[in-house]
Formats: sequence, structure tokens, C-alpha cells
Amino acid sequence: MNWWPLLGVALVVAGFVARLNPVLVVVAAGFATGLLAGIAPLALLELLGESLLKNRYLLVFVLTLPIIGLLERHGLREQARRWIETLRGMTASRLLLAYLGLRQITAMLGLTSLAGHPQTVRPLLAPMVEATAVRAHGPLPEATRERLRALSAGTDNVGLFFGEDVFIAFGAVLLMQSFLAEHGIVVEPLAIALWGVPTAIGAFALHGARLLRLEHRLARERLALAASSRGDA
Amino acid sequence: MSLQPLTPIYVLIGLLCASAAWGAWRDPAHPRRLGNAIFYGLLALMFVVGDALPPALVGAMVVGLALVAGAGGVGRGARVLPPDGEREASAMRHGNRLFAPAIAIPLLTVAAVFALKAVTRDGQPLLGAQQLSLVALAFACVVALVLACVLLRDTPRAALTQSRGLMEAIGWAAILPLVLATLGAVFAQAGVGELVARVATWLVPVENRVACVLAFGLGMVAFTMIMGNAFAAFPVMMGGIGLPLLVGRHGADPASLAAIGMLTGYCGTLLTPMAANYNIVPAALLELRDPYAVIRAQWPTALALMALNLVLMYAIAFRGG
Repeated sequence: MNWWPLLGVALVVAGFVARLNPVLVVVAAGFATGLLAGIAPLALLELLGESLLKNRYLLVFVLTLPIIGLLERHGLREQARRWIETLRGMTASRLLLAYLGLRQITAMLGLTSLAGHPQTVRPLLAPMVEATAVRAHGPLPEATRERLRALSAGTDNVGLFFGEDVFIAFGAVLLMQSFLAEHGIVVEPLAIALWGVPTAIGAFALHGARLLRLEHRLARERLALAASSRGDA
Repeated sequence: MSLQPLTPIYVLIGLLCASAAWGAWRDPAHPRRLGNAIFYGLLALMFVVGDALPPALVGAMVVGLALVAGAGGVGRGARVLPPDGEREASAMRHGNRLFAPAIAIPLLTVAAVFALKAVTRDGQPLLGAQQLSLVALAFACVVALVLACVLLRDTPRAALTQSRGLMEAIGWAAILPLVLATLGAVFAQAGVGELVARVATWLVPVENRVACVLAFGLGMVAFTMIMGNAFAAFPVMMGGIGLPLLVGRHGADPASLAAIGMLTGYCGTLLTPMAANYNIVPAALLELRDPYAVIRAQWPTALALMALNLVLMYAIAFRGG
């Protein structure tokens, strides 16, 4: 048994902890793992090249950039802010909660490409969340605004991950079904998809509870900021 | 050679990369002029003519990309967006019309998915599920771009300049998902998964049902964090622990065990920089200074949900007794 390839995993972890450039870390770790596993350097280059070509689809989001960029040039994010400010009673918490619910439900129906980081989070959700938070709590420090944007991206992820698994034609469900079938266990895709429902409800409840606490947290930070600036004066 | 349905999409992506390379090269004041030109130029080659190149050469180009990125050679040039005031005035002028092309992308994608699903040859769908959504998205983007140019009376050239600005804002993070996929291929060939599963089974007291559930669930999380993908972790952990120990020895229900096990792995996806397209690319896209900011926003949800999943797994997979 050749245990050396496990060193590649350690290299990845060490590289990320050392905050080296992740692209460099990953390629270097791939090279080291392959060589330790006894793959010849040329064959290793071929493996890297082939797997990269096969996975080029991962960059398909780039196709949305010309449109999003053009719209932003003409004030899309500013308009998102203006529009959300016309909805009275809308808060950052409620907006994120509604987005989470919609993202989960549409993903459950298989409509995963309805939203995403380049299409909806950057141009629409993030500026709306920032605008509603500023309206309710006054000007916010840059660190807080960045945290709100990060939370918008995270909310999209949670909604997607814990919705799509309930859709029976989703890749993960089919992967599980065929894996079990290979091992002599025959189950319907629906039987697998349905057992994703309890976790989906749990994800909405747990992440939703965090979102609802957001307003208190923003108010508290605002008070602390006001207190500290009064202290300075 | 059969016609690959994705080839035109790759050519389009490659042309966007080429325009980013050309734009940087043509800007003498660009602080990362040479680095950006090489980085986006190599990417453009891979996407446009990659299939015609020897795979070893493409592999060497991957190493080239990593070296340029690692040397800090990729970065932003001059700002391409007009000043705040101008955008504000434009927003006032255009109003909600600005939303139309943005909303058209998802709606057209979904419509195209349904339309393409109906296209069959010899009773078989012409495109697989994944190809289907990629082709649909590409189609939607092209139509939405035309719509945006018409509505806003602007040019595709301006759209290209903006897309270069966004690509430079994302920088090297854009290719992290790609190189992670190559690492996954190397790990698979080197048998890293089997090694990890073997270590896990040594550590588990196999007669203890709770210990086996914990090993399976936490193993899914840990291995998903290493591979950046629960799909890669599932066959390893289900084959190594789930089927032999939980189903075989303790009589767990395989369907619910698989479903909840996979979702436990997803909690790991929320926690790892290896899931770059969900965690690192968005941080770059939202121009956050901390590349791990999205993970920081997600970890409390991920850990709470992981605990819930472990309880659910025990309660549901063993509901028969």
C-alpha cells in the first residue's frame, strides 16, 4: 500500500493555512500527489490537461459578465437600491429571508439557474440588502457592509444546496441512486429526494433564525459605534 | 469526430478571455499588463483551440496559469465604470427597465431548458441534463446582451469593456474551480479516497452504532472539505463506512442514509475554500477584501445544520428499530 499520496492532502491544507495563492497551492499539490503516486511527469501533465478541458463548463458564468457589466455601467445597482427603498417595511433580514425561501423552493423545482452569484447576488440582492440596512440603521462602516454582502452570497448558497437535493432529477439524487443500484440496492429516486425534506426545513429554520437576528446585531453595532465616537469627542 | 454541443459555448468564453487579454495588453498604464495578457491569453487558447492541442501541452499551460497567478501577476487595471453620479443619473433615467435584461437571463434559461428537452433524436434527448442547462444559459446570455444593448442604446464593445473590468475584479479566483477539478482527477488516480476511507475505518469502533453514524457524517464533512465537493466524498464514505457498517452491520435504511449523508457533506461545502465556485469566486465577485468572508458568513449555519443532520440520520435511518 502506497500511503505517500496522502501527503498531497496535507500540502493543500498547509498551503491554504499559509495563505499562499490558492491556484498555485492546488496545482503544486496536484503535481506532488501525482509524482508520489508514481505517475510519470508527462502522463501527469496529460492528466491535468485532460481534466481541465473536460471541466471547462465551470467557467460558463463568464458569459453573464458582459450583460451584468453593461447594466451596472448604466446604474443597475443604483436602481436596485432605489427600487427596494420604495418598499416600506422591507428590512435586510426580511429581504434575505424571502430570498432564502424563494431560492430553496425554486431549486426544489429544479430551477437552479434562476439565481446565482453573478446573475442575482452581485447586481440585485447585495445592493438591496445594503440599502435596506442603511435605511434602518444609518451609515454603516465598510466592514459591516462587506459582511452584509458576504451574508447575501452565503444565503444564496444555503438556499441552493438545501433545495436542489429535493429535486428528483438533480445530479446528486441520480448519483446516489446509481451508486446504491451498483451495490445491489434498488430504490426510487423519489425515496431519496423525499429524505432531503427534513434537512431542507431545518436549513430554512436555522439560517432564517440567524437572518432574523441580523437587525438586532446591526442595531447593537450602531450603538457601540455611536458610543465610541462620543467617547472620542 | 462528433460535434460537441458545448464547443460554441467554449469559443464564446474564450473570446471573452481573449478580449480581456487584448484590453490589458493595449493599456500601457495597466499595473499588471504582461501578467493579465499572459493569463487571459492562455485561458483563451484553452477554450478556443483546447481540443486540438496535445493534452500534455494544455497541462503545461495549467502550470503556466498557476505560476502567473502565484507570482501576483493577475490584477485590476484602471476603473472601467463611470463615476457614481453618472450611474445614479442613468438609473433615474432608465428606471426599472434596467431590470429587464437581468431578469431575462434566468427566465430565458428556464424556457430554453424546457424547449431543448423536447428535442429528441431516435426517442433519446439530444442533450444530457448538464449540457442542456449550459446551452440554455449561453443562449439566454446572448439574447439578454442584445436586449440590453437595444434598451440602453449601448454597444457590444462597451459590454466587452465592462466584462473585462468584472473579470479583472474576480482575477485568479475564476480559475480556481477549474484547477481544483484537475486536483480531483489526480486524487482519484492516486487513490486518495480509498486511503482516507481506510484510515477512517481503523479509527471507528465498528460495533457502536452512534460511533459509526458520527464517523460517516463527520467523514462526509471532512472529505467534502478536502475535495471541495460532496459528490466526490459520497462514493468513498458510503462505500467505506455507510454500506458495510451502517447498512450491513447495523441495518440502516439505505435511501434515507444516503440522502441525509449527502446533505451532511453539503455542510462541509459551506466551510471550505476548496468549493471555490461557491465560496471564493463570490467573495471576489462582491469585491470583498477577505477572500474567506463568505465562509465566515456561513460557518454558524453549517455547524448547526451538521449537528441537526447527524441527529436526523440516527433518528430516520434507524427508525425501524
